[in-house]
Amino acid sequence: MRMFRYFGLALGNIGVNKTRSLLTMLGIIIGVAAVLTTLGIAAGAANSITSEIESQGTNLLTVSPVASGQASTLTLADARVLANQADFPQLAGVAPTYNGNATFVRGATDTSGQVRGVTADFPQVSTVTLASGRFLSAEEGTNAARVVVLGADLASELFAREDPLGQEVRIGGDLFTVIGVLKESGGSPFFSDDTTAYVPLAVAQTRLFNAPRYRGELTVSSLSIKVVDGYPLASAEQDVEVALRLLHGLGADDDNDFSIFNQASLLDLAGNVSTTLSLLLGGIGAISLIVGGIGIMNIMLVTVTERTNEIGLRRALGAHDRDILVQFLAEALVLCLIGGLLGVGLSYGVAALLTALPGFSIAVAIDAASVLLALSVASASAIVFGLYPAIRATRLDPVEALRYE
Amino acid sequence: MQNQETRGNAAPIIAINNVAKTYQMGEVAVHALRGVTLQVARGEYVAIVGASGSGKSTLMNIIGLLDRPTSGSYQIRGQEVSQLSKSAQADIRNREIGFIFQRFNLLPRTSAQGQVELPLFYAGVTGAAARRRAVDALTRVGLAQRIDHRPDQLSGGQQQRVAIARALVTQPSLLLADEPTGALDSKTTTEILDLFDELHAQGLTLVVVTHEQSVAARAARVITISDGAVVSDLSTRTQSE
Repeated sequence: MRMFRYFGLALGNIGVNKTRSLLTMLGIIIGVAAVLTTLGIAAGAANSITSEIESQGTNLLTVSPVASGQASTLTLADARVLANQADFPQLAGVAPTYNGNATFVRGATDTSGQVRGVTADFPQVSTVTLASGRFLSAEEGTNAARVVVLGADLASELFAREDPLGQEVRIGGDLFTVIGVLKESGGSPFFSDDTTAYVPLAVAQTRLFNAPRYRGELTVSSLSIKVVDGYPLASAEQDVEVALRLLHGLGADDDNDFSIFNQASLLDLAGNVSTTLSLLLGGIGAISLIVGGIGIMNIMLVTVTERTNEIGLRRALGAHDRDILVQFLAEALVLCLIGGLLGVGLSYGVAALLTALPGFSIAVAIDAASVLLALSVASASAIVFGLYPAIRATRLDPVEALRYE
Repeated sequence: MQNQETRGNAAPIIAINNVAKTYQMGEVAVHALRGVTLQVARGEYVAIVGASGSGKSTLMNIIGLLDRPTSGSYQIRGQEVSQLSKSAQADIRNREIGFIFQRFNLLPRTSAQGQVELPLFYAGVTGAAARRRAVDALTRVGLAQRIDHRPDQLSGGQQQRVAIARALVTQPSLLLADEPTGALDSKTTTEILDLFDELHAQGLTLVVVTHEQSVAARAARVITISDGAVVSDLSTRTQSE
């Protein structure tokens, strides 16, 4: 095939002057490496956010009262209705929580953190995992026992290297016995759970935070709901919404006095953000590729001038305009492709370096699609910027070209 | 190639009729050629001589389809070619004319075989067929042992032989040489001219443009150009048919 010959020819000509070819390709090398590295960082960040969200569970709904100044209308009564398996078989678990901030004191050490009053079912609707000890029992819930499960950071701050199990810690003036310590939630800077302590719900509502009542029922901060596997999250969300509207006696024209948050929609949001980020960074990188293309155009113009005599000879031997055009375009394209491949190599090197860097928490993820995209943009810029020098080559008068020294 | 027999025998290889070439240099019109008429028959060995500025280079460029006449007609084997498109002229150059230049015009860093394959590439002949024909052409000029050598590994005479092989490889109707010995010493000049004689004896048609009398003397017919016109057209020996 004739086309391959042009590429062979181009490779030969590029190999003749390696230093110059390398310098010519530098713009493309750096451009491609910049595009791929930035896209890789964006994708890495998106991956880490996505896995954070997924680690929280994607079949979870969280119902919160609408925070608009008025008193919360979300109560334990709502939780009891939704938890009824006969009415809501699609909900695997409903865990009401009551949250507040508190100071933790142990001897001379104190630290602040969040206290969540939860039921014994809570581990089923969340991803908390124990490092040692046990979680709250149903009995402790009923008795409003002064027991606490500490987040990893709280435990290490209050107890340093001691074993916290069985020891006592003072929360808001009351002494609590530590019955469990949670594992670190995984270095997540976005959703850290490690400074949270869990106590029985009734303790948080009445003893620690004095939760207000609504229609005689204690209000809650949120309802964490786990949907059974295989049941569509969106349908479950709708079911819960309908039930709560009914329970709260809302008319057809009333707005919800609660909001339902689902992890899947957060995933969508994160996906949208990372797509926008990739487009932005990719766009900036594409500009550097265009600049690289201009570098190639400059050198191709020099090459055409230097090889005027050769062009004249090829004319005399029967080359058409198209042959000359394709020859120089192929050369620009091959320069760009080699530069592009070197850029790909460089970006993988930079990615490995960044990922290995201590303190750089994002695993840079360069995917095949971005490599393909960067190489396509580089090739397109080669064709666009190689066209002008190639057309110049075809315009040379063969008589003049043959005489050119 | 089948046309070569049917049309080629009837018509002369080249027939130039009243060709003029005028260059416009600003306000001044320079008449490089003023109505040149000449024919070259199959198997002829013609030298075109003239002083520098006589118009012989312009004539050679027109014969080689590298330039177009301002007026007049130019036929190659009976076909009017002066008004053909750029692309059609490129095909005729490739098929009908083998160029030999004063400075050889070889590609740098390319083997002799690669040089000779170049016109075949533009003729669409590649691969084993191109290689075989290139080796044949190099053998014909006595370089069978040098097919892998690059120009910088060859002497001037050898380089010109490669160029001659490149001109021969498409089996053109006409070999068109522009000062073919201008860059060679006298011993090599003789060798190249001997090769021309040999090719002529094999039936090739040669047109050699030169300002050297010793080169022109080898030809069977010498056309002298002066001031853009043919001033003499002499057959120095009888054509052997």
